[in-house]
Amino acid sequence: MSLLEVSDLRVSFRTTDGEVQAVRGVSFDLEPGRTLGIVGESGSGKSVCTQTLLGLTTGARVTGSARFEGEDLLTMGEDALRQVRGARIAAIFQDPLSSLHPLYRVGWQIVEMIRAHEPVSRAVARRRAIELLGAVGIPHPAQRIDDYPHQFSGGMRQRALIAMALALDPRLVIADEPTTALDATVQAQILDLLLRLQQENGMALIMITHDLGVIAGLADEVLVMYAGRIAERADRRGLYYRAHHPYTNGLLESIPASSGAGARLRPIPGQPPSLIRLPSGCAFHPRCAFAMDRCRNEQPELAAVEEDSRHRSACWLPSHLLGTNEQVKQEREAASAAGRVVEEGVA
Amino acid sequence: MSDDTRANESGEALIEVRAAVKHFPIKQGVIVKREVGRVHAVEGVSLAVRRGETLGLVGETGCGKSTLARCVTRLHQLTSGQILFEGQDITGLSRSQVRPYRRRMQMIFQDPYGSLNPRRRVGSIIGDPFAIHGEGERDERKPKVQELMELVGLNPEHYNRFPAEFSGGQRQRIGVARALALKPSLIVADEPVSALDVSIQAQIINLLDDLQQEFGLTYLFISHDLSVVRHVSDRIAVMYLGQVVELADSEELHGRPRHPYTNALLSAASVADPDQAAARQRIVLTGDVPSPVAPPSGCRFHPRCPKAQQICVEQVPALKARSGDPDTHLTACHFPVEPGEDLTRVTATIPEEERAE
Amino acid sequence: MSADMTADSGAGPADTVDAARSTAPAGGGTSAAEPSSGAIEGRSPWQLAWLLLRRDKAAMISLGFIVFISLVAALAPLLAHLIGYGPTDQDRTNGITVDGLPVGPSSAHWFGTDNLGRDILVRVIYGTQVSLLVGVASTLLAVAMGVLVGLAAGYFGSVVDTVLSRAMDVVLSFPFLLFAIALVSIYGSGLGISVFVIAFFTWAAVGRIVRGQTLSIREKEYIEAARSLGAGDLRIMFVDVLPNLLAPVIVYTTLLIPIAIVFEATLSFLGLGVVPPTPTWGNMLSDSQDFYQVAWWFPFFPGLALLLTTLAFNLLGDGVRDALDPRAGRLFQD
Repeated sequence: MSLLEVSDLRVSFRTTDGEVQAVRGVSFDLEPGRTLGIVGESGSGKSVCTQTLLGLTTGARVTGSARFEGEDLLTMGEDALRQVRGARIAAIFQDPLSSLHPLYRVGWQIVEMIRAHEPVSRAVARRRAIELLGAVGIPHPAQRIDDYPHQFSGGMRQRALIAMALALDPRLVIADEPTTALDATVQAQILDLLLRLQQENGMALIMITHDLGVIAGLADEVLVMYAGRIAERADRRGLYYRAHHPYTNGLLESIPASSGAGARLRPIPGQPPSLIRLPSGCAFHPRCAFAMDRCRNEQPELAAVEEDSRHRSACWLPSHLLGTNEQVKQEREAASAAGRVVEEGVA
Repeated sequence: MSDDTRANESGEALIEVRAAVKHFPIKQGVIVKREVGRVHAVEGVSLAVRRGETLGLVGETGCGKSTLARCVTRLHQLTSGQILFEGQDITGLSRSQVRPYRRRMQMIFQDPYGSLNPRRRVGSIIGDPFAIHGEGERDERKPKVQELMELVGLNPEHYNRFPAEFSGGQRQRIGVARALALKPSLIVADEPVSALDVSIQAQIINLLDDLQQEFGLTYLFISHDLSVVRHVSDRIAVMYLGQVVELADSEELHGRPRHPYTNALLSAASVADPDQAAARQRIVLTGDVPSPVAPPSGCRFHPRCPKAQQICVEQVPALKARSGDPDTHLTACHFPVEPGEDLTRVTATIPEEERAE
Repeated sequence: MSADMTADSGAGPADTVDAARSTAPAGGGTSAAEPSSGAIEGRSPWQLAWLLLRRDKAAMISLGFIVFISLVAALAPLLAHLIGYGPTDQDRTNGITVDGLPVGPSSAHWFGTDNLGRDILVRVIYGTQVSLLVGVASTLLAVAMGVLVGLAAGYFGSVVDTVLSRAMDVVLSFPFLLFAIALVSIYGSGLGISVFVIAFFTWAAVGRIVRGQTLSIREKEYIEAARSLGAGDLRIMFVDVLPNLLAPVIVYTTLLIPIAIVFEATLSFLGLGVVPPTPTWGNMLSDSQDFYQVAWWFPFFPGLALLLTTLAFNLLGDGVRDALDPRAGRLFQD
């Protein structure tokens, strides 16, 4: 059985000018101990997706289901959800400073977290907190446990949050841009730490990021989200080396390191769409170089593009066109030109 | 003085920084404020940006790169040292004396939300340089502004809109248009793409590239992201705790980084390639960047450096060309990394208390 | 565009709000590619605030009431003429009992009369003139002073700030009534002196708010951008800082007017304000002190006018604040 099974998740927010459709039918599953990367730009719905799982999207209209160890998180009562949250599902957020209460000592916060979920004495919880802080690489944990968050550096705060997340030995950790606020050298430390802890504890990990580079080394499987839907899902190598969706390819080609220094970047033109007034058909079509007439009218569903694999893409282009090499590009051009000609001929 | 600055005294430098030092006093006290400490933000930096080139300034939070940029554009006053623009010393110039130079050097800021006044229309924001420098009447400015908007890929019809009506990438274009208005020679770009999504980031990098080609601009490009800096820069200066630790041509720096810190930065940069990511040996530095209020003695990197030895604690290494390097490749390190050396396998030989936790 | 108001709908998660924000202008964004999509109108922050304000029923009713009493004040002579009594006319036949007591509401005097047989309705109407005039004039004066001083203190900082802030502290710690009595005893009472006294005691509060706002605006990157372009201090203060102060200043102005109106009534009540026989709500209340047990209408109507007017301004002020509040509408702080 999957640890987490999300199916047809839809989340929308009512605003004064219409409904913001933040998540529009997302399904995925996650096996125990595996790492899932969710990649997308701002407005892709990647964070809303997981916040919904944690019951943090108050005021939103949510449909679909999200089964965690067989129980639906979306229909669970507030009390039951609180038991799951923190204990069996833990979260690590981007900004460690705002996730820690500034007026309480770091250790106290970890101790309270533990005691909120388990009937252990303060002393036991404290011993465990010290152990945890040591495990996440905080030097002299027995002393630092009585520090306030502001006495910690950014990297140490993120470590403390990770310690807190791991305190109750969760089965799933959701990390939402955990290293975005950190410097590159510290980011490397934190990623290494997460990876090591995951291997030691056997928990599953959902890593949400806007940076394809961050998860290239650690995700088993990657979801690429665009405008509230999954554009493509694949195992790591499939996604980076044999991407099908033009958006995934666009993202990969936008990374400065992808082309040699001085070479021209190939950005995706235009801006992400408004989530209130979404484009018809495939939401990506206004920015897509290969848009066909069909893309304007029909929304593509996720469909397998490689045999014997879970590689799926929501795009009308022929499924065998994978990767970014020149030949594939030309074939894509040809396919999309054909897609346009046919329609024009009909018209 | 380094070879680099000497080479530039021949006049090819558009802007030059000599032995720049910037300290920020930390003051305490309710009525009488007294200095209780100093942030050593920039400590003896010498750099020259040549006409037409892009010099990348890379480093992590608190390394002083943004402070240096603001000293160059005279937003901050140096504590000591000199700023030369086309050979003219502009360090001590008063606000009115520096105004003519402001036309020649412009800044692009990091935060596309914070750098545009939310209460003013885009047309008037982009027209600001004209208004401030008294160029043209109000009605003459509009076509000029619209021309600029077109140049940076904005719809000139959006002249009367407010910044909030634009997305992050478009806002950054507005900032670029404003910087270009007076046809400057130097543009100091402080993390111009860090706040943007990847696909938008690439658009702005290409735009900056095009504009450089078209107008022969010189860029001082500041970023914490090595891959972005590598992409745009001809030369790169790596800063750590207020000092330049390595300076070299972009490809040279990436191909043969000599400073252990540069090596660590390069190895920490994320790569969007699973096989490379798996094969790579990350040099994981210990600890965090020390506080610039009380920077470490000797080489400031020594508490975190895998190669540190006693001399690193005692002596500040000079920024100079090391043996085997071209004259243009300067490193401030007592024990520069040799090609092929594996930094993950060395250990520092300095006393425990000197090391970062 | 409108998605800027996402937060208005409740506590959406930050990411959604940002998402909606960043994608909201897509109409503007894509229109570079497709110029025809001019569907999304460029609306100014003020227009958006007005849209929000229009949805606030209490604020709109209050605004209606304020417009109404403003008209009443402007048309006071005409209304008095229609009613048939002047503000100081004494109706000795129907307006006073044989014992010399006020007469209650009747068809001749809808709000009754006072102890001198004057029509209370007409006097309340004329009182509106004084209240609004003093309230608005002193508020404007106070806001002008407060903005100038607060802006200078916040923008220049250091010594300027220390001196101006201490000055504001001193003003705020002055005992209002003692000072008012002293001033009036020196200069005599009257409309002008009331305006001045009220403004003098309220500007410092505005100044403090403006100073605080200026301090935070001063650190914004767009101020640095203006400086890097070579803009002078005055230009930055008035072109870049001031427009960002307007929202809090407008809110404070609407909330200050009722305070000033009550101040004026207090002064008049104590005989330190506008000189009788000119009617003001304050001196009417004062006159009624000896009669309220036998003539409830005498204090009731001027009191009600005062209450409704201050209530209306306060409700409108709350509404304006909600409409302009960056957290409610995310309009001004990005």
